[in-house]
Amino acid sequence: MLRFITSRFLQSLLALFLVITATFFMVRFVPGGPFTAEKAVTPEILRNLEAHYGLDKPLGHQYLDYLGSLARGDLGPSFKYPNRTVNEIIFDKVPVSAELGSISLAVALVLGIGLGTLAAIRRNTWVDYIASSFGMIGISIPTFVVGPLLVLALAIHLGWFNASGWYGPADRVLPALVLGIAYAAPISRLTRGGLLEVLNQDFIRTARAKGASEFRVVTRHALRGGLLPVVSFLGPAVAGILTGSFVIETIFQIPGIGREFVNSAFNRDYTLVLGTVILYAVLIMALNLAVDIAQAWMNPKVRLES
Amino acid sequence: MRRLLLLVSALATALLVTPTGCAKKDASSSTSVSTAAAPAPLAAANTGKKILNYGNGAEPQDLDFQIVTGVPEHRLALTFFEGLVSEDPQLNIIPGVAEHWDISPDGLRYTFHLRADAQWSNGDPVTADDFVQSYQRMLTPALGAEYSYMLWHVVGAEDYNKSKLTDFSKTGFKAVDPRTLQLTLRQATPFLLHAMNHHAWYPLHIPTLKKFGALERRSTPWTRPENFVGNGPYLLKEWRANQKIVALRSPTYWDRSAVKIDEIHFFPVELADTEERMFRTGQLHITYEVPLTKLAVYQREQPASVRVDPYNGIYYYRFNVKRKPFDDVRVRRALALSLDRETLVKKVTLAGELPAYDFTPPDLAGYVSQHAFKSDLPEAKRLLAAAGYPDGKDFPSVELLYNTLEKHRTIAEALQQMWRKNLGIEITLYNQEWKVYIDAQHTKNFQLQRAGWIADYIDPHSFFDMWETGNGNNDTHWGSPAYDGLLRSALAAKTNTARYSIYQQMEKILVDEMPVMPIYFYTRARLVSPKVKGFITTPLDNCHWKFADLAP
Repeated sequence: MLRFITSRFLQSLLALFLVITATFFMVRFVPGGPFTAEKAVTPEILRNLEAHYGLDKPLGHQYLDYLGSLARGDLGPSFKYPNRTVNEIIFDKVPVSAELGSISLAVALVLGIGLGTLAAIRRNTWVDYIASSFGMIGISIPTFVVGPLLVLALAIHLGWFNASGWYGPADRVLPALVLGIAYAAPISRLTRGGLLEVLNQDFIRTARAKGASEFRVVTRHALRGGLLPVVSFLGPAVAGILTGSFVIETIFQIPGIGREFVNSAFNRDYTLVLGTVILYAVLIMALNLAVDIAQAWMNPKVRLES
Repeated sequence: MRRLLLLVSALATALLVTPTGCAKKDASSSTSVSTAAAPAPLAAANTGKKILNYGNGAEPQDLDFQIVTGVPEHRLALTFFEGLVSEDPQLNIIPGVAEHWDISPDGLRYTFHLRADAQWSNGDPVTADDFVQSYQRMLTPALGAEYSYMLWHVVGAEDYNKSKLTDFSKTGFKAVDPRTLQLTLRQATPFLLHAMNHHAWYPLHIPTLKKFGALERRSTPWTRPENFVGNGPYLLKEWRANQKIVALRSPTYWDRSAVKIDEIHFFPVELADTEERMFRTGQLHITYEVPLTKLAVYQREQPASVRVDPYNGIYYYRFNVKRKPFDDVRVRRALALSLDRETLVKKVTLAGELPAYDFTPPDLAGYVSQHAFKSDLPEAKRLLAAAGYPDGKDFPSVELLYNTLEKHRTIAEALQQMWRKNLGIEITLYNQEWKVYIDAQHTKNFQLQRAGWIADYIDPHSFFDMWETGNGNNDTHWGSPAYDGLLRSALAAKTNTARYSIYQQMEKILVDEMPVMPIYFYTRARLVSPKVKGFITTPLDNCHWKFADLAP
């Protein structure tokens, strides 16, 4: 087990290095730069700006400089927001996205696993049909439709919430609901599928034959195997949900990291692009590792060593 | 089941610092149907104070107004600072920090007499030396201020900015005494006072900048609320990135008795649809813009909430005069003369824009173009035939470049259709992401390109100097020695009448040569709550808050 984790960790480090290198050079080769503006900047002023940020040095030199400061944990200054560093922006915004993400995840898991389980044990009844339609609708209707619809109903017509913002506890409800539903839908379908497969297997029949109650059969025996597909889905999904959703954060005016992730690319804010990419890569790698460990625990057939 | 859920949620929250808190429903009233019932944050603040909630478009880059460039930043600059002069809603120049000023007969020397009661928000007096040192900072090469060219009218400013001059005392900025500031210009600049309404001309509090080592460089924390010092009608109370900026009425501002609104909250809402929903729940009094699809509905159902103001800018298409077929002036004119701009503004752009048949917005500081062209389809067809493409036959393939935005696409499609129908020519549309598009513009890698220009100050000059040969904003490859000569002589003109008649001749050249094709003059549409009084914007979209009020 330890050997497995160590080797995976080293692999991840290598992958991270490759991601950083590729991103560093790719953003530089995109046309336009941080100071490209509609109103022309005179060549002298542009040179002054580039000198300030070290962009006048050869690219290889800049790359080594970047790796050097990265090793000290310094992600550099933001180009777009001159009085803030990338570290500050990330530390400022990740907690917001993580808070929204964890509430949404709770909504998604409760709703998704609950509905999926109901659908599986009441297969081909109206319960199943309703739960499955929820899954289909949730997958096919994008958040930028669900979000404004909920705002229209609950904020504008009923006046229960603000239309957008991130100030009081009430402001968490609508975005978490929208994001939660978006993730609940695939979870419910995966749960239903996984559970149906497991429910047909011999050990379930054995459990039933030994007189276990239906509730016990489902919760103790079936779900453990039935949730495996959900768990593999959750690795990347959790990384995505924690690093914020561009759409939700824009619609609801939430100061999260998801917007920076997308806008930094539009702004050619080189350091912020790299900072957010590194954050995302580290999260994905850590969560995938966690998923592998969890799967081994849940399914003895998976051998970590192999 | 419980164990599984535990496992899954533990996995999910393993890396979280924040607890998986339950979303609390904080709904106080479930009966209300009224859209005015604003929930917690706004209602809580509503304690008799006048608080204006203002949609400001985007998160400001910084509050160091010497290094920012955007419109949202400019609004904030007007809130926290004041320059030597200001303007009233009718665009007359009125005193700001300067009580009065003298201009030498040759127009080369401006002497500003600062008022005794002008103060910084920390109580320090605003001195002439503050202005001189601020301008020195703005022009310091290492600062890399993009708008530093706004100061180049002053003797030596350009050289200092380009490191050709290192002794700032040799420039035309002089503090004669603490309350007298003298500027010596390199040439008469009749629009200087108007140009001074731009934030490039605002003073900064030099001791604060020194404290944070910000005199010669950007990226310092002097603009954080706890450090910030300004001299405007409001002071910075709070800055929560991507959430809001809170401005409090300044107790030290010299004209504080005129300021009526206690607090202004600036919300950086990027999405027009989100803004519109916030307007409906009462979270915003003034929006930054209106979603195009909703404008007509508001105009029909709530006309009192819609405001459409003229905006000092022009929407146009730029020809690359070195690429076929636009190297032929007849083709450029044919394209310009064959459009139905009235239909375009009525059916497509929808916000009361004015069709553009010349190169300067109507009645710009008293200048009215005498050389406006007309839509003339027979003439357009004749020109196209003369250029060798009768009825569009053999017209080479032409691509129109625009930046990726719904509005530009619909306009481009409408024009594409008009050209197809009127001239029988086919134009292909393609779009690029903003910075790629700007890059294509500056490297002149296009045939025909959508463009827009918003002036920096109210004077026809700001619409003419960009077409000078090789000007960084020209980007057409077009140039005319006659035009350049006129441009130089315009600034030397003794009177405005003489100057404007030179602009008329320049406009004639532009209409004949058509290096760019005017389409319409901008307007600015927004939603404004009827509670807001005296919200008057200038054609540069400046709002001077001291004229505004908020009814309870």
